[in-house]
Amino acid sequence: MKCLVLVEHDGKTVRDATLSAVTAASKLGQVDLLVAGEGVGPVAEAAAKIAGAGTVYVADDAAYAHQLAENIAPLAVELMGEHDAFVCPATTNGKNIAPRVAALLDVMQVSDVLSIEGPDTFTRPIYAGNAIATVKTSDPKLVLTVRGTAFEKAAAEGGSGQVQPAQSTGDKGLSRFENAEIAQNARPELTSAKIIVSGGRALQNSENFHSLIEPLADKLGAAVGASRAAVDAGYVPNDYQVGQTGKIVAPDVYIAVGISGAIQHLAGMKDSKIIVAINKDADAPIFQVADIGLVGDLFKVVPELTEKL
Amino acid sequence: MKALVPVKRVLDYNVKPRIKADGTGVDLSNVKMSMNPFDEIAVEEAIRLKEKGVVTEIVAVSIGEAKAQETLRTALAMGADRAILVTAEGTVEPLAVAKILKGIVAEESPELVILGKQAIDDDNNQTGQMLAGLLGWAQGTFASKVEAADGEVRVTREVDGGLETDLLKLPAIITTDLRLNEPRYASLPNIMKAKSKPLANKTPADYGVDTAPRISIVKVTEPSKRQAGSKVADVDELVTKLAALGIAKS
Ligand SMILES: Cc1cc2nc3c(=O)[nH]c(=O)nc-3n(C[C@H](O)[C@H](O)[C@H](O)COP(=O)(O)OP(=O)(O)OC[C@H]3O[C@@H](n4cnc5c(N)ncnc54)[C@H](O)[C@@H]3O)c2cc1C
Ligand SMILES: Nc1ncnc2c1ncn2[C@@H]1O[C@H](COP(=O)(O)O)[C@@H](O)[C@H]1O
Repeated sequence: MKCLVLVEHDGKTVRDATLSAVTAASKLGQVDLLVAGEGVGPVAEAAAKIAGAGTVYVADDAAYAHQLAENIAPLAVELMGEHDAFVCPATTNGKNIAPRVAALLDVMQVSDVLSIEGPDTFTRPIYAGNAIATVKTSDPKLVLTVRGTAFEKAAAEGGSGQVQPAQSTGDKGLSRFENAEIAQNARPELTSAKIIVSGGRALQNSENFHSLIEPLADKLGAAVGASRAAVDAGYVPNDYQVGQTGKIVAPDVYIAVGISGAIQHLAGMKDSKIIVAINKDADAPIFQVADIGLVGDLFKVVPELTEKL
Repeated sequence: MKALVPVKRVLDYNVKPRIKADGTGVDLSNVKMSMNPFDEIAVEEAIRLKEKGVVTEIVAVSIGEAKAQETLRTALAMGADRAILVTAEGTVEPLAVAKILKGIVAEESPELVILGKQAIDDDNNQTGQMLAGLLGWAQGTFASKVEAADGEVRVTREVDGGLETDLLKLPAIITTDLRLNEPRYASLPNIMKAKSKPLANKTPADYGVDTAPRISIVKVTEPSKRQAGSKVADVDELVTKLAALGIAKS
């Protein structure tokens, strides 16, 4: 089977989510890569070094500069003439583009693949991960989005893909990028962090969030996450949200501070290796999944913990 | 302009799903069903655009069993003007839903279709993007802000790194994220009024769409359960445990 993996990048480097998608695709067959963007020569070179890379198609055009789905989908559809599977990381970018490609190919997409059981059979989470479905598709081509935490990352070095230009399908003129507020964050990225400290509604305000959660995270070299309640209340920006509708994370250690453990939150972090919970309510549902629990007032406990680490 | 709002009837988000003993799916008998939370946000956004004078008419659509009529009545009680129920048995996959919606778009000529970003039962997150693809329209997915802008619509989208704002040519597709708005509750008088708002009955065949699933469910199982661990008495003990994991020095 010939797979085409959409390379996720920031214009300069390949994002880690791509590497998990490559591993998933390699279980299906040959792995070709698609780099679309403007001035993405360095990205294509990096993509060619990914272990297992075959052909790296590079579509270098201003139309692709902002990853607009309206422009990238027709490009992917062109290349799918010679491929059997289109594989995207299940990031917001992949989720934006892949279904548009699937519709244009007249196939059903399999979203958020957790494992590959056969050439047409996959497992995926439904109901916020409260159930796992094994599904089999009858479509002639595959369109998959792949959950990053479910697949090992392919090695970023050691591959010898062949870079080949792809014909631009041009700007469809349907949408225009205006601007982006991308959080500049010196901390590790949530979805690939080894340790995450997350705060919930109990933090009460943004000042507390910054003065309690961040020093603890800094001590541990951890990424910072949050519950939806904390995001909604404006303590932190939306890209901190962990859960069914936020980011899916699976670090070695996840420390939940003042988070109750609603199923929608658990959906995003219950595959963490070790879960630590700090909550003043001994009956909070988070303790049902926590390996290590501490019942206590976070305003007392967190500064003490940060101090003693 | 007219807005079309597709709404799906799903297991209420507060209900813990039970997997059927034979592993064929999630048991939906005798459980509370509600409008998909993202679709409530979509209905609310359409109403706000109507209140601002941008939208003139709101048509709610649901595809599913006859009981989806209740979901449409909820949309009408919130403020939609009329509804279309496309009755279909069993699972209708996003691709088929998108094809039916394309048929409805051809009949209704809306300038905006506002959908939820995902239905919280199958968590597919596909339908809006598919519909945009089938129609060749612009798509503003995961919207946290929507503004009409002179023949275009400005959509702020929640993306992994933060927020992104795009301008979409009309007609366009929008899918809602959670922070777009806080949906209103329908008042009692509005619930009464909704009973007499028009609701048209259709079938997938009316739009020439075959709803036979492309994907079959082999089985549905419980995710691996986590065992609750132990509680520690104080911070010192927590530090010791963390040290044992190699992430802290005690
Ligand atoms: C469609 C949908 C999607 C959703 N998606 C997500 C998602 O992706 N991610 C997500 O997180 N949520 C999501 N939610 C929301 C989710 O249902 C919960 O409302 C949310 O996770 C609650 O956040 P919380 O635990 O911070 O707040 P709360 O539930 O209010 O919990 C606060 C906790 O802090 C504890 N506490 C209070 N004071 C202290 C103190 N001084 N010291 C220690 N502990 C204290 C309390 O005992 C309580 O357990 C979604 C909801 C819906 C409907
Ligand atoms: N059967 C349906 N009837 C009406 N709208 C639907 C249906 N299925 C999906 N949708 C719409 O498409 C959105 C995304 O659903 P999905 O792609 O299934 O996650 C939902 O939030 C609804 O707005």
